[in-house]
Amino acid sequence: MTFAVSSVETHSEIVEHPKDDPIYERRPVSHKKKVQAFIFHAFSISVLVVILYPALWMLMSSFKPSNEIIGSISLLPRGGGLQNYATALKGIGGVSFWTFVANSLILAVASVVGIVVSCSVSAYAFARLRFPGVKVFFGAMIATMLLPFHVVIIPQYIIFNQLGMIDTYWPLLIGKFLAAESFFVFLMIQFIRGIPRELDEAAKIDGAGLGRIYFAIILPLMKPAIVTSAIFAFIWSWNDFFGPLLYLKNPSMYTMPLALRLYVDQTSTSDYGAQMAMAILALVPVIIFFFAFQRHLVGGVATQGIKG
Amino acid sequence: MTVMEASGVSKGAPSAGQLGPKPSGQLGSNSKNRNSQSRDEARAGFIFLSPWLLGFVALTAGPMLASLYLSFTNYNLFNSPEFVGLENYTRLFTDSNFQQAVKVTGVYVLVGTPIKLVSALAVAMLLNNSRRGQGFYRSAFYMPSLIGGSVSIAIVWKAMFIDRGIVAQIGEFFGGPAAAQGGWVGNTSLSLPMLILLTMWQFGAPMVIFLAGLKQVPEELYEAAAVDGAGPIRRFLSITLPMLSPVLFFNLLLETIHAFQVFNSAYIISNGSGGPAGSTLFYTLYLYLRGFRDFQMGYASAMAWVLVVVVGLVTVMLFRTSKGWVHYGGDEK
Repeated sequence: MTFAVSSVETHSEIVEHPKDDPIYERRPVSHKKKVQAFIFHAFSISVLVVILYPALWMLMSSFKPSNEIIGSISLLPRGGGLQNYATALKGIGGVSFWTFVANSLILAVASVVGIVVSCSVSAYAFARLRFPGVKVFFGAMIATMLLPFHVVIIPQYIIFNQLGMIDTYWPLLIGKFLAAESFFVFLMIQFIRGIPRELDEAAKIDGAGLGRIYFAIILPLMKPAIVTSAIFAFIWSWNDFFGPLLYLKNPSMYTMPLALRLYVDQTSTSDYGAQMAMAILALVPVIIFFFAFQRHLVGGVATQGIKG
Repeated sequence: MTVMEASGVSKGAPSAGQLGPKPSGQLGSNSKNRNSQSRDEARAGFIFLSPWLLGFVALTAGPMLASLYLSFTNYNLFNSPEFVGLENYTRLFTDSNFQQAVKVTGVYVLVGTPIKLVSALAVAMLLNNSRRGQGFYRSAFYMPSLIGGSVSIAIVWKAMFIDRGIVAQIGEFFGGPAAAQGGWVGNTSLSLPMLILLTMWQFGAPMVIFLAGLKQVPEELYEAAAVDGAGPIRRFLSITLPMLSPVLFFNLLLETIHAFQVFNSAYIISNGSGGPAGSTLFYTLYLYLRGFRDFQMGYASAMAWVLVVVVGLVTVMLFRTSKGWVHYGGDEK
């Protein structure tokens, strides 16, 4: 921003010929520019086709009979239709398909609530409050972001096992309510740091306490960070495989990814079509979130370096 | 805007007030006030941080110490832990499965991460212009990163690369081996490349970060270099790479650490075995099998600590070398 201003002042001769100025493009463009744009789009689209091919193949395969998926190159289904989806929706081993959906939803929604509440209060403390040890705690929080979580899962499993929490959702949710996902804490800290401190101070002078400042000023202003966190929290919880694999044994407690794996195990090699249909169904919420919030998602990645 | 202006005024107000008619009383209670204020702040700090503090002690620090202790014991979840000293660690050196896991993970980190980052940078460079449709391309290329780690995609990957699958069919079409013996899933030398392709497929997240970094590079630098007669390669090496180095470092650190911990795809594609013949026996997969299939909790804890130390060393090494090649520009802004 500042740079653009200074460039206008000092290098006005450069600014007169903006190579890629959007306004410039709206004028009748030269032949050379048209060709360049065509080459750019043609190349980008061909890369895109290669990249998105597996997703497209998956979608198309879900409408094919199994014998056409393996052993055929054609993308378009010849027969089949919605048969695979009907098979997938029948459920697995006496458990309804919708049970898995409900389980995943419960976990994802609870994760979102836990992460938004616990991470936002913790981030407020980290970003705004001065108290003994806060710098050490901050360092520890950053370190846990880089720490392989495998070093804690064995003792965690032992504890949850002794507490009789295997086959419950507690082991999967407790960390979410205790701000254990440092990525979200960090994202929110960064955002709070961008909120002008003058607002806090003005409120303080008006007699607001620190708790009041959080609820009346910080929390409403950090809505964008909360929305981004909530979207990622939902998707990560929905896609999580390792946690449920460790803690859920009873199929009626299974989440979608676990159900999908069970399904693949049971049908073995025979029914690829239904596997593809079920794989698609397991991704539906993620795809909906992607299309609804792509700006938030991409923006979150760009500014915070969140992994997708 | 108005709020900021207003707060600017009120910020100035107290100091002005000290010159006013009633400063003495305020000054007298000032230090006491500040004391109680900082005490209030400390109390509020601990209250607000309490979820994180509790989580850190109960879910991170405590379990870390516990697994360090367990790594010196034999423990199977049912009997009480039996202290065995360094036995678990020395056993690692003679465990051929462990060595295989180290090898597989090492290849994955050393090959997969650079390939992924180079693809990410290449596509980011391609997209870094103000042509129409950039937002669309950016989102579309990002999409695989969002779904790539899921069980669904692992299953799709398996179906594509299996015997007589689409990849084998295409391979046969271009003169490769017969599709019926051309699957990558069952081939010991192709199963790992198949998983490296899967991570490369998810280049979108680092690409988005690169793209944000490229936007920060001032156009003037390129203009000036072009005036000086620098070609595109020279401009890339002398301007883009140095200006992008902090972002490159960030991506490298993050992707490397993540690559050490890959699990889902290998678990799904090999049915939890790490096969064929250990060719996809990733470190975390082997750790999982030892800990939760064989219930050798002590041995798995030792493996976890070795992983922590290795990832820690790699992180420190990256930070050390970064001083030589990462330029945090002080004069732009």
